[in-house]
This record gives sequence, C-alpha cells and structure tokens, in this order.
Amino acid sequence: MDPVYYIYLATVLFSIGAVGVLVRRNAIIVFMSVELMLNAANLVFVAFARMNGNLDGQTVAFFVMVVAAAEVVVGLAIIVQVFRTRQSASIDEPNLLKY
Amino acid sequence: MTVMPAEGLFSLMWLLIALPLAGAAILLFTGRRSNSWGPYLGVMTVCASAVLGVLLLIEMMGLPTEERAITQVAYQWVFVGNFTVDLAFQLDQLSMVFILLITIVGSLIHIYSLGYMSHDPDKRKFFGYLNLFVAAMLLLVMANNYLLLYVGWEGVGLASYLLIGFWQHKATAAAAAKKAFIINRIGDVGLSLAIMLMFVTFGSVTFSDVFGSATQASEGTLTAIGLLLLLAAAGKSAQFPLQAWLLDAMEGPTPVSALIHAATMVTAGVYLIARSNVIYNNAEWAAMAVIVVALITIFMGAIIGSAKDDIKKALAGSTMSQIGYMMLAVGLGPIGYVFAIFHLVTHGVFKAGLFLGAGSVMHGMDDNVNMRRYGALRSVMVITFITFMAGYLAIIGIPPFSGFWSKDEIIHAAFERGWFIGGAAVLAAGITGFYMTRMVAMTFFGKKRWESDVHPHESPAVMTIPLIILGLGSTFLGMALLFWGDIESWLEPVVGYESEPTPLPTSAYIGITLTFVIAGAIIGWISYARREVPVDAPSGNWLTRAARRDLYGDAVNHALVVAPTNYAARALVWCDARAIDGFVNGSAAVVGGLSGRLRRTQSGFIRSYALSMVGGAVLVLLALLLVRI
Repeated sequence: MDPVYYIYLATVLFSIGAVGVLVRRNAIIVFMSVELMLNAANLVFVAFARMNGNLDGQTVAFFVMVVAAAEVVVGLAIIVQVFRTRQSASIDEPNLLKY
Repeated sequence: MTVMPAEGLFSLMWLLIALPLAGAAILLFTGRRSNSWGPYLGVMTVCASAVLGVLLLIEMMGLPTEERAITQVAYQWVFVGNFTVDLAFQLDQLSMVFILLITIVGSLIHIYSLGYMSHDPDKRKFFGYLNLFVAAMLLLVMANNYLLLYVGWEGVGLASYLLIGFWQHKATAAAAAKKAFIINRIGDVGLSLAIMLMFVTFGSVTFSDVFGSATQASEGTLTAIGLLLLLAAAGKSAQFPLQAWLLDAMEGPTPVSALIHAATMVTAGVYLIARSNVIYNNAEWAAMAVIVVALITIFMGAIIGSAKDDIKKALAGSTMSQIGYMMLAVGLGPIGYVFAIFHLVTHGVFKAGLFLGAGSVMHGMDDNVNMRRYGALRSVMVITFITFMAGYLAIIGIPPFSGFWSKDEIIHAAFERGWFIGGAAVLAAGITGFYMTRMVAMTFFGKKRWESDVHPHESPAVMTIPLIILGLGSTFLGMALLFWGDIESWLEPVVGYESEPTPLPTSAYIGITLTFVIAGAIIGWISYARREVPVDAPSGNWLTRAARRDLYGDAVNHALVVAPTNYAARALVWCDARAIDGFVNGSAAVVGGLSGRLRRTQSGFIRSYALSMVGGAVLVLLALLLVRI
C-alpha cells in the first residue's frame, strides 16, 4: 500500500484534533484532542521513516510518546486541581489571567 | 615699538597685581577671624602696590624712550597648535599712568573707607571686594594680550557687581547690581566677539602681533573689530546706548562710587580704545562711531546731571558726561588719544575727590542724599567744602585747576576736527558749569533746609586727609602733568600724537570755552543760590521731567529689550507647552490608546489563543507553500 495514504490519514486525524481543541469546552475532551494531534504527528513520522527507508522518524515517534506521557501526567494533575476548586472541567471558566 | 624683557626692579611688576589679590584672598577666605585686622591689611596691600608703582615709574623715567615698554611672562597659559596665549604683563607708558591712577586713588579711597565704613558689620568683606577690584583693574591695564585683558575686564565687572549690591538687604541695591552686571554683559559680548575676530584675522591676540599686522587686514574687518570694541567700551564706560546702569550703580557705598564708578573702572572703555589705537586709526568709520556715541553721551550725562536732586546721581550724570569727553578725544584719533588719557587721569582724581566729598556730606547728614535737604553746609564742613570747591573748579575747567588743562586740550582737539564737534564740546562744557554750580549752591550755600533731627558735622581725619590730598591733586595735577610731566611726549610712543592747525589761535578757544562755562555757572548761581530752593521738587519743564527719569533710558530699554524678551519668553513657553509637549504627550496618548485596544485580545480564553495559534500556523504554512511555488 502506498505510504502516502498514511499522510492523508494523519492530516485528517490532526484536523479532527485541532477542531476538537477549538470547539469543545470540556478540558478532558480538549486533552484527548491534543493527544490525537500528537499521534497524528507520530503517524507522519513513522510514515516518512518507512518512505525514506531509515529509522530516524521512528526514533522521534518514541520520543514524542515519552513526552506525551509526561505531559499527560502534568496536564491531568492541573485539570484535577481546577476541578477541585471550581467544580467544573470547562476551560472557558478559568479566565482570570487577562487584560 | 620694541618690547623689552623685564629686568631688575621691573621683574617685580607682577607684585602690583599679586599684593591686592592676596589681600582679597586673605580677607575673603579667612572669614570672621580677620574682622579686626582685615581692613587694615586691605589698605596696606593697595598702599604697597602704590609704592611699588611709584618706584617703577622712577625706574621707567630713567630708561630711554624706546626701551620703556617692558613685558614679563608669568607662564604659558594657552597653547593649542600654533596658537599660544601667555599670562604676560606689559608695562609701558600707558599702563604706567593707569597703574599710578588706580593704586594711588585706590589707596586714598581705601583709607577713606576705614572711616566711612567704620560702623558697617561687613567691613572686612567690603575691603576684600575692593582689593579684588584693584587687582582685576591692574590686570586689565597690565595685560599684554586681549584675552588676559578680558579676564581683568570680567574681574572688575564682578567686583563692581559685588560692591554695587554690597548692601543687598536693600532691594534697590540688589536690583542695581543685577542691572549693572547684565548691561555690562552686552558689552562683554562685543569684546569677546572682537577677540575672536582678531584671532581669526591675525591668528594671535597679543597686542604687539595684532597692532603689527593691523594694516594688512581689510578695512571692513578693522571697522568690525572697532565697532565691537566700541560696544564693549560703551558697556563698561556707561556710554549711550548702554548708559542706564551707571545711575543705579550709585546704590553702592560712596567710596565704591568714587573708585569704581567714577575714577577707574568706567574709564576702562577709554583705555581699551586708546590701547587699540592702531585699529581705529585704520578704520575711519569705527572712529566716527566713537565720536557720535561720545557726543550723545556728553549731552545725556550733562542733562541728567542738571536735573537730579540726589547728589550722587547728579555726580554720576557728570561722570557719564566727562567720560563722553574722553571717548570723544579717543574718537578724534591721534590728535586726541593723549588728551583722553590726560583728562582720564585728572578726572579720576577730581571726580574721586567730589564723590568722597559727597560721601563726607552724606556722612554728616545721616546718609540723606537729597540736595534739597542740604544747604549752608560751608561753615559746618569746612574741609569738605574747600576740597569740594577744588574739585568743582577742576571739573568745570577754571584755570589753573587740573580739569581746565585736560578739558581745554580736548575741546581744542575737537575744533581741529571741525566746528560742529568743537561747538558741541563747548556747549556741553557750559552745561557742566551749570550743573556743578547747581550742586555746589544747593549743598554748601543758600539757607539751611535740613531735616529737623540732623546735626551735620565734619568727618574724621581718616576721611578728610584723603579729601585734602585729592583736593590738592584737583588743583595742581593738571599743571604738573602738562608742564612738568610732559604727558604728550610721555604717551606719544604708545598712542601716537599729532597736531593739526586750527583757524583761530589757542587763546581764542580758551576764551570761548571759559565764556560758556562762566555763563553756565552764573545761570546756576542765580537759579539755585540767589533764589530760595524749594524743599519739594517743583514739577519742572518737560526736559527736567525727562532727565529725572534718566532721559527714559529705562523705558527705552524696557520697550526695546525687556518687553520683547518677555514676549519671546512667553511665546517660547507657549510653544513648549503646546507644540513640543503637545507632540510628545499626543504621541504617548496615541500609543497608549492603541495598546489599550490591543490588550483586549488578551481575553483569558484559552481556546481563542489556540485559534490564533492555528491561524498563525496556517498562515506560515501557506507562506511556505507560496515560496515553494
């Protein structure tokens, strides 16, 4: 199968993730959309690794997974803390840091 | 004229300046510690300078004529490339005359001040300033270049300022000091511009270099230098149009008026022009401008002197007028330089005597200066009266008193130039006879018009002895200088001297002058001695009223200088507040307003930030694609 289809798939996944970040208010969903975008990027790395016949892209994909795992830990911790103080997971409510 | 290096006694000439300067430094820096002995030290330094001056004169008289110009370099002051200025003194016949006038009259006035200022709490400061003045004035006349002369010029201006405002608790004295300083500053600008022009033209500011190459410069340049020097001289010598400060300067203590504003400092302008004679000899129009300024001032001073009831201001008007005579003589060129200096010396002595006499009268009259409150003082203050009369006869020019010889020579030289100038000089001599007679009649003759609680008395010996010496000088100095001192051939090597034929014999001019003087004196006598002098001044005619207001000198200055300056200042303040501040504040307001709009984008909604990030990323992507295609 032509690896370029993986690129198309990654583009669709990334767009879904981006729209999810922009339109959803629930922090958990936004978080999942971010993960979707990250994994879309991973898919592109791996696809390019396959197309170019070397392992550089695969290596980067591992790094992205590790960083994403760490980010999930921090991000979920923040969301839990916000939920505890505000009884809500909406990301539009904590808007105090502004002009 | 060759200039010889200083040897023997002449190598001490720097002491002439250093002694009073040291006196000033000690008196002014030691503070109250020298209150008791300071004034005596101040008197001694100036007397020592006078003694040294006399010794130098004797030494100089022993030299042949062509070796009498002596220079001494203290140290090299300025050296920039080819341009050097030395702190160097030049002692020649002209400076010698000034040195003697300054130190001897200065000593007498210092001694007199011991009595006059005996009750003043700031006596030490007064003597310190007087010493500073003497040092600066000696520096002015002993400098061998214009730059050093300028230092002395500013020094005497400073001393004059300090001494006019000596009683600064009086608002009028403080204002008069500022006025004198500011008007002098206008003249000083002229002098500094003249020095710069000399440097540009000749590449040097030393007297010998400038005068040596003066004939090579264009007449236009020399005229410009001459006019700038005239501006300087007008400021320092209270000549039209910078005359307004001298009358107010009488707010200072009377010995100051005698020393600075009659005998020495105000004649510095005459010295400057006489010293720069080479420039004026080659710049006809500049010399003509000097004559015009001098003639205007002679009459202004005489008219003001005729109307003032304040004895010191009347004398100040007379000083203006007499300095006008000296300026007239220097404007006449080589026929007049010698007589200008001659009149300067005799005037310095008799006018100092008149001022000190006026001070003695004021001392006895509880510092009242209004002559309408004097009268009949001749029997109460005999010594003051006799010495004042000597000065009076000298200034109006009655033979054989000293003023006669010098003023008559000037009038004669004026007639050598033309009928108009000579006639004006004679007419002004007549007015001199009038106003001086008026002063003497109102002060010493007539009936007592004293305030009720005033008990006039003769001044102490420390004041009358200088008066007697100056009175003797007023009587005999003219004859001594002319016949025994032979002042014409003494000064001739420095300033040049030549004589032109006149249509009438000399005796005829003497006769005309004396007729006018005596006519003026008789009118003055009839008006102020034979008739009762009212205690309250009558309103008088328009000329009297104008003269009482200094011929509107202040009004003219106000209209021409002060008011436009104020308007300009107000316009500049408006420009500053509206235009400059408006621009700065306006641009700040625009930036502030825009940033106020811009910060609204910081809404706090994470999703809107995310949207702008996505938008930005898309834009970058599109741009990359465009570049690729």
